[in-house]
Amino acid sequence: MASGSQEKLYGPSLLNFFIYNPKFGPREGEEEKKILFYHPSDFLFPPHRTFCPTKPAKSLHTQKNRQFFFEPEEHFWMVMVIDSVYGAVLQQCYNMYKLFNGRFSKAMDEGGVALLRERLEKFFYRYLQALHLGSCDLLDVFGGISFFPLDKMTYLKIQSFVNQMEQSLNLVKYTAFLYNDQLIWSGLEQDDMRILYKYLTTSLFPRHSEPELAGRDSPMRPEMSGNLLHYGRFLTGPTNLKDPEAKFRFPKIYVNTENGYEELHLIVYKAMSAAVCFMINATAELTREFCEQLDNLVGPRLTLLASDICEHHNINRRTPGLEKEPHFKFIYFNHMNLAEKSTIHMRKTASVSLTSVHPDLMKILGDINSDFSRVDDDEEIIVKTMTDYWVVGKKSDQRELYVILNQKNANLIEVNGKQPIRETSTVF
Amino acid sequence: MEDEYYLELCDNPVQFENASSVNNVFFDEANKQVFAVRSGGATGVVVKGPDDKNTVAFRMDDKGEVKCIKFSFGNKILAVQRTSKSVDFINFIPDLPHLEYSQECKTKNANLLGFCWTNWNEIVFITDQGIEFYQVLAEKRSLKLLKSQSINVNWYMYCPETSVILLSITAAGNVLQPFLFRNGAMSRMAKFEIELPAVPKPAKSSLSERDIAVATIYGQLYVMYLKHHSRASNHAGAEVVLYHLPREGSCKKMHVLKLNTTGKFALNVVDNLVVVHHQSSQTSLIFDIKLLDGDAIPTIHQPVLPARSIHPYKIPQIGPAAVASQTPVPCELYSSTWSVFQPDIIISASEGYLWYLQVKLKPALRLLKDKGRLMDFLLRRRDCKMVILSVCFQMLNGEEKDSLAVIATVFDKLNQVYKEFLEMDQSYTMAMESGLTRGNTSQKRPVRTQAVIDQSDMYTHVLSVFTEKKDVSHKFITAVLMEYIRSLNQFQITVQHYLYELVIKTLVQHNLFYMLHQFLQYHVLSDSKPLACLLLSLESTYPPAHQLSLDMLKRLSTANDEIVEVLLSKHQVLGALRFIRSVGGHDNISARKFLDAAKQTQDEMLFYTIFRFFEQRNQRLRGNPAFTPGEHCEEHLAYFKQVFGEQALMKPISQ
Repeated sequence: MASGSQEKLYGPSLLNFFIYNPKFGPREGEEEKKILFYHPSDFLFPPHRTFCPTKPAKSLHTQKNRQFFFEPEEHFWMVMVIDSVYGAVLQQCYNMYKLFNGRFSKAMDEGGVALLRERLEKFFYRYLQALHLGSCDLLDVFGGISFFPLDKMTYLKIQSFVNQMEQSLNLVKYTAFLYNDQLIWSGLEQDDMRILYKYLTTSLFPRHSEPELAGRDSPMRPEMSGNLLHYGRFLTGPTNLKDPEAKFRFPKIYVNTENGYEELHLIVYKAMSAAVCFMINATAELTREFCEQLDNLVGPRLTLLASDICEHHNINRRTPGLEKEPHFKFIYFNHMNLAEKSTIHMRKTASVSLTSVHPDLMKILGDINSDFSRVDDDEEIIVKTMTDYWVVGKKSDQRELYVILNQKNANLIEVNGKQPIRETSTVF
Repeated sequence: MEDEYYLELCDNPVQFENASSVNNVFFDEANKQVFAVRSGGATGVVVKGPDDKNTVAFRMDDKGEVKCIKFSFGNKILAVQRTSKSVDFINFIPDLPHLEYSQECKTKNANLLGFCWTNWNEIVFITDQGIEFYQVLAEKRSLKLLKSQSINVNWYMYCPETSVILLSITAAGNVLQPFLFRNGAMSRMAKFEIELPAVPKPAKSSLSERDIAVATIYGQLYVMYLKHHSRASNHAGAEVVLYHLPREGSCKKMHVLKLNTTGKFALNVVDNLVVVHHQSSQTSLIFDIKLLDGDAIPTIHQPVLPARSIHPYKIPQIGPAAVASQTPVPCELYSSTWSVFQPDIIISASEGYLWYLQVKLKPALRLLKDKGRLMDFLLRRRDCKMVILSVCFQMLNGEEKDSLAVIATVFDKLNQVYKEFLEMDQSYTMAMESGLTRGNTSQKRPVRTQAVIDQSDMYTHVLSVFTEKKDVSHKFITAVLMEYIRSLNQFQITVQHYLYELVIKTLVQHNLFYMLHQFLQYHVLSDSKPLACLLLSLESTYPPAHQLSLDMLKRLSTANDEIVEVLLSKHQVLGALRFIRSVGGHDNISARKFLDAAKQTQDEMLFYTIFRFFEQRNQRLRGNPAFTPGEHCEEHLAYFKQVFGEQALMKPISQ
């Protein structure tokens, strides 16, 4: 890995990753058949070790490594061997695979083990390279969705836009609307949106962020030259509608995998900071005419809406009192709607997420969280670090709030009283 | 075709004895009365008004042919013109002498063109040489000249609604001089010129009385000029030109109604619509001057709807000979014997009928495809409510349902009118409350017209019915409800709770809890106690509803008692106590209620904690940890002693 040396300094690294099914190759000497995928490729499967648990243990500590086990489908085991990191990352790996390929058993039904191996290889080879465990933290555990704060009227305008577009482009089955990489509306079920959101914000959007920053006349946005009426463009599918060679192929995703499959084309269309995902039944054929219709219909309205949202957002940001840098930082998560909010994290990029606090503090947050997850009751944990930081974790009615205070002389009572619960809960 | 007739004659016409050689018929536009004068009045005069009860019958001496006959307002004094020099009067006020008296016009050699009552005792004579304004002194049986004006008059026209008399002056007759009569005063308004069509010399054109009508449209006085284009010109058809006559200032040419045809026309004004009857095609057109296609002045208007005939009308057989089996006779519409009067009157003197012309709105639904324009049209009509609601229902249902964009436009138009009414009503209420208008009767409570379609109308007649339909997709239902809520919000109208309930019901029925959650997250469904209770009731099917409900109650900040109840019912006794303490209400809560809840949990340590909390409260408030008899905690005290022993009770702390 390119940045491996830096990662070893602070965080965990991926030692091994493999997927196996104990039912494959039951006879002695055929153990390698159980393995469906392994990483790195020169990893040798230890034949005499039994690590096929009969009950789903979450993790297994060996002498220096930690192995995470996860059984997403019956008899299919995913194992990750890392120094120490959250099991949530493993689950996310599977969900991401499932979003683009469907369940393991789907590949099995369609083409047996060979097809499954092929798909695993194709997907995980690239996915694992982009998986920067060093930057995984509490937010990856939550796997939450950051919602864009918005006034009611602008929100209703977006609703109206989404409904009208769905009606006009009558192929559309689901729509999601994002602004500034934050979610505003999703027609998808929560769990599907959660993984799609992860894909959009950590993979698709970062890859396409550059043209927005480029000037209007820059060659980076060739589609602009012919169309001055709007700023809309496709992030998936054709990059330039005018190109006679353009291909009208979109990535396919699988949702609602619990109750049979829904295979969908994923169209992501963006104008300025507003992005809209149209999901269309995969059986429908997407033509040049359809894409042109979409571009003509959605482009101008989305451009207008984006500037509307931007205007409102700026008004809200100018509210007095909020300009001052707060003397605390927080992470908030609500299990009920997966809403997350962090003042610790800077903008996520494709490779790493930047945090504004020391990794040791992030590790403390992770530890508090794992303590919380062991009990159902409301709890509160206050930690004072060696470096005189106060870290407060509070869990109340499905919400978790973590606050880092850097007031050196604050005492426990002050710390307890200064929880910014209200400020966050007014957002959601 | 049946449902395309948008004009009709009223069902209950005023009937009178038809005109004949012995029976002369007169119509008074001011009182809307028909006078049937038999043999110059000697064998009877029958006066019928718009209301059947107002029939008046009397006899008068035959002193020659009657040229004009009219009652003053309230049927107080009757004026009869029999010569071109004078008018005769008969008092109809009880206790006053009935004997006729007479008034000659003042100007020598002048010919009397006619007269108009402007009040119960004020009358204007119009002669070919000017006008004379009189007060009638009924007791004295004489008239007093109030004012007069000399001017050469071709013909005149009277608008009783506004008490304005128009005089046609100059040789071509196309300069109109209006006079306004109010409270015994006569005032001259700015004269104006009607543009006559250009004709080649040496032909001479002049303005005919037949081509002018006066009426109030949307509360403003208009002079309507039927402009026939000469055959020589290239114009395609005739037009009606509307001159706006303001009370002050000069008259302005404001609207041009394109008739796109030529021939004989007649004008009516019904429900603020200009109706143009075309005799040769036996059809009529309607124009709405507020339905704008641009902002140029004068505004050019095309007909709102395609030309259609008035709905066929059958005259029932009447009289003593009438038998049930006799079939009604079809009435000849657009007959050359018809007389048309402003604003909405059609008289057939030969058949003895007076009809009011009416506009039917339902056919507009089929004839006007553009829903936005249709709404603009309907919202300005008098009896529009049910028709508008049926348009709304139709646009959401069936094969021909409209796109969401059209639905959004219609909602916005309805809510614009709704908002205007709410604002007027609110400012009236505020003015009343602040007492600013005491003694000032000018501000009246705003009238709620039928065009005000509120949320309750929409809910009852459209939305609740539509959401019950099985053949409509839930996606469309949700989209429509959200569009309506968006529109209400756009006009800053507070959304009623039952609309939110409808949204929630629809989403819950289709298990779309995730969507519901998002709406609540963005406060699209505004906080209220009923909504919080509704959410609470959803907890069994959707557990997160509990959190949503509690959050809402907290934000309402007037629902602390409810929050405590909810938490106690969920056995979250400590949570309830923490909450009530955080809002500073812990000194007023019932100890018994909390102890009951704590005991129910069968958690002894919890009971201990709660019990101790109240002991401490008692100590703090009363200086003694013991409970008072009024708190009814004896049972809990006994339980505490039983579990933890007498010695565990808190000792009083002397202060």
